[in-house]
Amino acid sequence: MVWRVLLTVVVVIGSAFGAFYAWAWNSEIPPTNAPATLFDPGIVAKGAQLAAVGNCGICHTQAGAKPYAGGFPVQTPFGTIYGTNITPDPDTGIGSWSETAFRRALHEGVDRTGNHLYPAFPYDHFTHATDSDIGALYAFLMTREPVAKANRAPAVPFPLNVRLFAAGWKLLFLHKGQIPPDASKSAEWNRGAYLAESLGHCGACHTPRNVLGGEKRDGQFAGGQSEGWLAPALNAASPAPVSWTAEQVYAYLRNGFAKQHGLAAGPMQPVVRNLKKASDADLRAIATYVASFAGLQNDADREQETQKALDFARSRDSKVPMPPSGAITTSTRADAKPGRTNNDSAAPSGAVIFVGACASCHHSGGELPVSRPIELGLSTPVNAPDPAALLRIVLDGIHPSSGERGPIMPGFSRALTDPQITALVSHVRSQFSRQPAWPNIAAALTKVRQNKEPATEAP
Amino acid sequence: MTVLNVNGQQHRIDVDPRTPLLYVLRNELKLNAAKFGCGLGQCGACTVLVDHEPVFSCILPISVLEGRYIRTVEGLGSEGRPGPVQSAFIEEQAAQCGYCIPGMMMRAQGLLEHNASPSDAQIRDAMAPNLCRCGTQMRILRAVRRAAKAMMADAGTIQETAK
Ligand code: FES
Ligand code: FES
Repeated sequence: MVWRVLLTVVVVIGSAFGAFYAWAWNSEIPPTNAPATLFDPGIVAKGAQLAAVGNCGICHTQAGAKPYAGGFPVQTPFGTIYGTNITPDPDTGIGSWSETAFRRALHEGVDRTGNHLYPAFPYDHFTHATDSDIGALYAFLMTREPVAKANRAPAVPFPLNVRLFAAGWKLLFLHKGQIPPDASKSAEWNRGAYLAESLGHCGACHTPRNVLGGEKRDGQFAGGQSEGWLAPALNAASPAPVSWTAEQVYAYLRNGFAKQHGLAAGPMQPVVRNLKKASDADLRAIATYVASFAGLQNDADREQETQKALDFARSRDSKVPMPPSGAITTSTRADAKPGRTNNDSAAPSGAVIFVGACASCHHSGGELPVSRPIELGLSTPVNAPDPAALLRIVLDGIHPSSGERGPIMPGFSRALTDPQITALVSHVRSQFSRQPAWPNIAAALTKVRQNKEPATEAP
Repeated sequence: MTVLNVNGQQHRIDVDPRTPLLYVLRNELKLNAAKFGCGLGQCGACTVLVDHEPVFSCILPISVLEGRYIRTVEGLGSEGRPGPVQSAFIEEQAAQCGYCIPGMMMRAQGLLEHNASPSDAQIRDAMAPNLCRCGTQMRILRAVRRAAKAMMADAGTIQETAK
């Protein structure tokens, strides 16, 4: 009897696995040689715009190396996966992939030879892309310069390195098919929904993930993580003190800067750089869609809340004393007599550091020869639920990508000690935000210091 | 009262602790090598070393510098006995107006203390925060390479004599 039960269990498990294996098995698609001259330039141009929306270049380009030749380390909680070579090199790139094989990769997360791809390649979004858009992307990539550069094996520990795991992941999180249009919304909104949810894959960073790394379906745009940065919530939970409008999202995506919000930093900076090639109409559509998730949709409410946020930000800003100018006369020389002690200097408070280190740019008085940053009271990192993004900015500063113009903020990672940075960040929070104090800035700082950001270089 | 260690000397300074170091160096201590360029941490003319790290002294209040080791060009050598970085800049004639040069020298010194034989890419990377509006960059790069060689050679002789 016992044997019978055992046998049944073994048979059931065995056939379940067999069925899963059969389902998960994909055949190789034979190699092809697609001559670049066959592509219509109009389609290639459309593909270029879609590649910009999809930001393919970021994960598929290593800093300082040729575009699309792979090698960028994508850090996930499950290990590091390196973007692959998607240039048309036949041996190391996708030169031998037919359009059918390329489409299967985007729609199903399977490479030409039939291997399951890791979901760091966001096929859970790309699966919604239309065949004609994928065809245009294919035309664009196949007309890039072929680069011979071998792919780097993913650094993923056992057992996750068994590719069949990716098949299991798909069973749970890959929801194939087109995005159904919403008839109650405008054509622009629907276009934006399509772009944002498919190639744009905004949710890959801005939607929280569950323990298995799948996007939480009930938490769309509720905020996530990317390369050690906070990817802020885009829905009602957004930490931005001013509720985003479509116009502001558009400005942010187009120029990397939106008044009342600030500038694109961290992993969003290369996204904006890539989006330069995207069409205006597509960016406006994405902006319309994304802004429709923002907390305040009613104009009157929005205006009222915005005014409150602005008033608060300005009131706090004007309380920041001017940093001392060059004319300091109240000094004694190096041979100063002891006794005229100023106790502030014993343990510098965050406020003291702020005036000497930050206020020359981050205060509202006087004129700056360069563009003035937004009031800190309006800043998303300052108002975020945790201090990671603000700490990252204080440590590394903000720098335009190499060869580009853009705002600069110097980093303080070596100039200030950890207790000094902790004091400064705690002061900035209490001075410029109506949110509660962050509980453990020192621990967060240690974590941020350990988590070095990989360099990005997009084509 | 703030006690600052500049070029190995202790100074007791009685100014507002929020004052950026640059003003104290120039106005109080009369160490005029570090220059005021922008006052915003954007140009590097004011670069000095704090605990061997190049920093912008125009945006560093003295209150955060107690107990830390500050160095300026005056600490690299003197007119009669220039240090290796200073000599290299002189030999390469790496200056037009010269305004950016003290900052450049301190940033180069900081680099060479961490990395005795930097590659060209590493030199460019390390020097990038410092701007030169005269266009002296090529000479500055040569001077940094020369200083690296000189410092390596010095280290070699010291090792030889130690044997
Ligand atoms: S003066 Fe300090 S960086 Fe320009
Ligand atoms: S030599 Fe004039 S700014 Fe560099």
